[in-house]
Amino acid sequence: MRFKYPISFQSDSIGYERGNMKDNSNIVETKHFTFGELKLDSGECLGPVTLAYETYGALNKDKSNAILVLHALTGDAHAAGYHTGDKNPGWWENMIGPAKAFDTDKYFVICSNVIGGCLGSTGPSSINPKTNKPYGLDFPVITIRDMVRAQKKLIDNFGITNLLAVAGGSMGGMQVLQWAVTYPDTVKTAIPLATTAKHSPQQIAFSEVGRQAILADPDWNKGNYYGSKGPEKGLAVARMVGHITYMSESSMAEKFGRRSKKDPAGAVTKFEPNFEVEGYLRYRGDSFVKRFDANSYLYITKALDYFDVAEGKELSEAFKKVKAKFLIMAFKSDWLYPLYQSQDIVKACKIAKLDATYCEINSTYGHDAFLLEVEEETHLIKHFLNKAAK
Amino acid sequence: MNPENDIILKWVEKSSSVLDLGCGDGELLALLVKEKNVSAQGIEIDEQAIYKCVANGISVYHEDLDNGLKNYAENSFDYVILNESIQQVKNPGLVLQKALRIGKKVIVGFPNFTYYKSRIQLFFKGVVPVTPSLPFEWFNTPNSHFLSIKDFEVYCQKNNIKVLDSAFTDGDRAVKLFPNLFAQTGLFLSQSSGILRA
Repeated sequence: MRFKYPISFQSDSIGYERGNMKDNSNIVETKHFTFGELKLDSGECLGPVTLAYETYGALNKDKSNAILVLHALTGDAHAAGYHTGDKNPGWWENMIGPAKAFDTDKYFVICSNVIGGCLGSTGPSSINPKTNKPYGLDFPVITIRDMVRAQKKLIDNFGITNLLAVAGGSMGGMQVLQWAVTYPDTVKTAIPLATTAKHSPQQIAFSEVGRQAILADPDWNKGNYYGSKGPEKGLAVARMVGHITYMSESSMAEKFGRRSKKDPAGAVTKFEPNFEVEGYLRYRGDSFVKRFDANSYLYITKALDYFDVAEGKELSEAFKKVKAKFLIMAFKSDWLYPLYQSQDIVKACKIAKLDATYCEINSTYGHDAFLLEVEEETHLIKHFLNKAAK
Repeated sequence: MNPENDIILKWVEKSSSVLDLGCGDGELLALLVKEKNVSAQGIEIDEQAIYKCVANGISVYHEDLDNGLKNYAENSFDYVILNESIQQVKNPGLVLQKALRIGKKVIVGFPNFTYYKSRIQLFFKGVVPVTPSLPFEWFNTPNSHFLSIKDFEVYCQKNNIKVLDSAFTDGDRAVKLFPNLFAQTGLFLSQSSGILRA
């Protein structure tokens, strides 16, 4: 089996080298765009709204080469390149850049942090202008469609009326589907990876376990913890559960086996993390709490659970007005977003007579595969975009 | 160009819609797009072939023909093609019935098992025949069903499938006389008679 290092959603991988050369041309920075207000699905208004975003490549004269890249649950606007002084690049560095899948010599790539997030865009940890304190639980419920509506404002601000492609995996893939359905005249091609048109009971259940871990932490304090430590334990447990669902049984076996650290003094340890997998999960949990807000985790996972792009109808009905051409990818060992969910999207494409391509990539990496199977994805996306850009 | 593709190219009308079942690397569909400006869709089970399809600019679904084809409405395509794939699926009868439902016309191409050289190998040598159109050994063949041109014609008669046209080849050569004996490949342009659907 080919071994690939998991470059997971975030930039805190444990002891893994990215193997990317740093040079000055690859330095990027996060910018911010603020607009007045956003009417939400809940009926509430959120405003002002700030979106953190980054761009790569250059927008052409007729603004026809823009690609919107959408991040997963805990991702951010920093999709590619390096921030000054950083060791690690953006989360999709191996896919975005000159001669890569999203070739920045040809295309103008935009990535923004979702609303409800905590990595530069307006979310529960932002200051509520009404109280001059962080929103906390006063932050309104948000949906995937709300995230997409906010992104549309950003795209409008660039004067872009047509997106050559919208692309993303997992929650990013849900936003892709939402974009294609909500803005059929804007989206030329859609590239949803390892995703679903609606969250299943099992997916909701895993979300709920994560949320319960946070809510059960006394330091959560009903969401009112800003300025203090916050529910670090709870959030770390939520992240650990998440990581289990992102891997496959075989990728865990391959990566950790039953290897364990022996206590140097030979003492029997009771609940120290002696198995490698335990150490890994704890590390992942602990490093996650340094960069992510627990309330954002609650709000965004809820947005995932509410997601049903067809709004209770048949997906093919929702696809009736869609004009985008699709490139759908799923990964055989992904049990969190199983093949059948992508096959349901394919089925709807057939009934709605959409032009689509579907590939089941034979990967052992579980859900994480969409960040790891770079070679296969690059091949498909490159040719697909080449044709779309003609 | 291979003569089978030539025949299919002649049968398919300009600007029609085509679904190729078991489209491989998408070569035939790409040819049809180029020469006949068809709107093309492929279905293919092999992952590596999918990559080639996309490189050829062909839209393709990664799917098993035996389990798939459920979601298309009746007459969704002007042509459904089963070129060198019907002998490989688990249930050729069912796949053909589905193809006839989805497509207004169905093109079927398959290797003829009763080609005279096959008969000679079978009869005189006592071995399972290996020919240019059936190039595999018993232990590595992807083919799971063996049929002759005659078998297919009988099947069509029994199942009320209208044969609109047919063509037979032996390598690069067209075969007119005794195709069941002298052709390596048979191609049929067929159509459901309607009775099938009832």
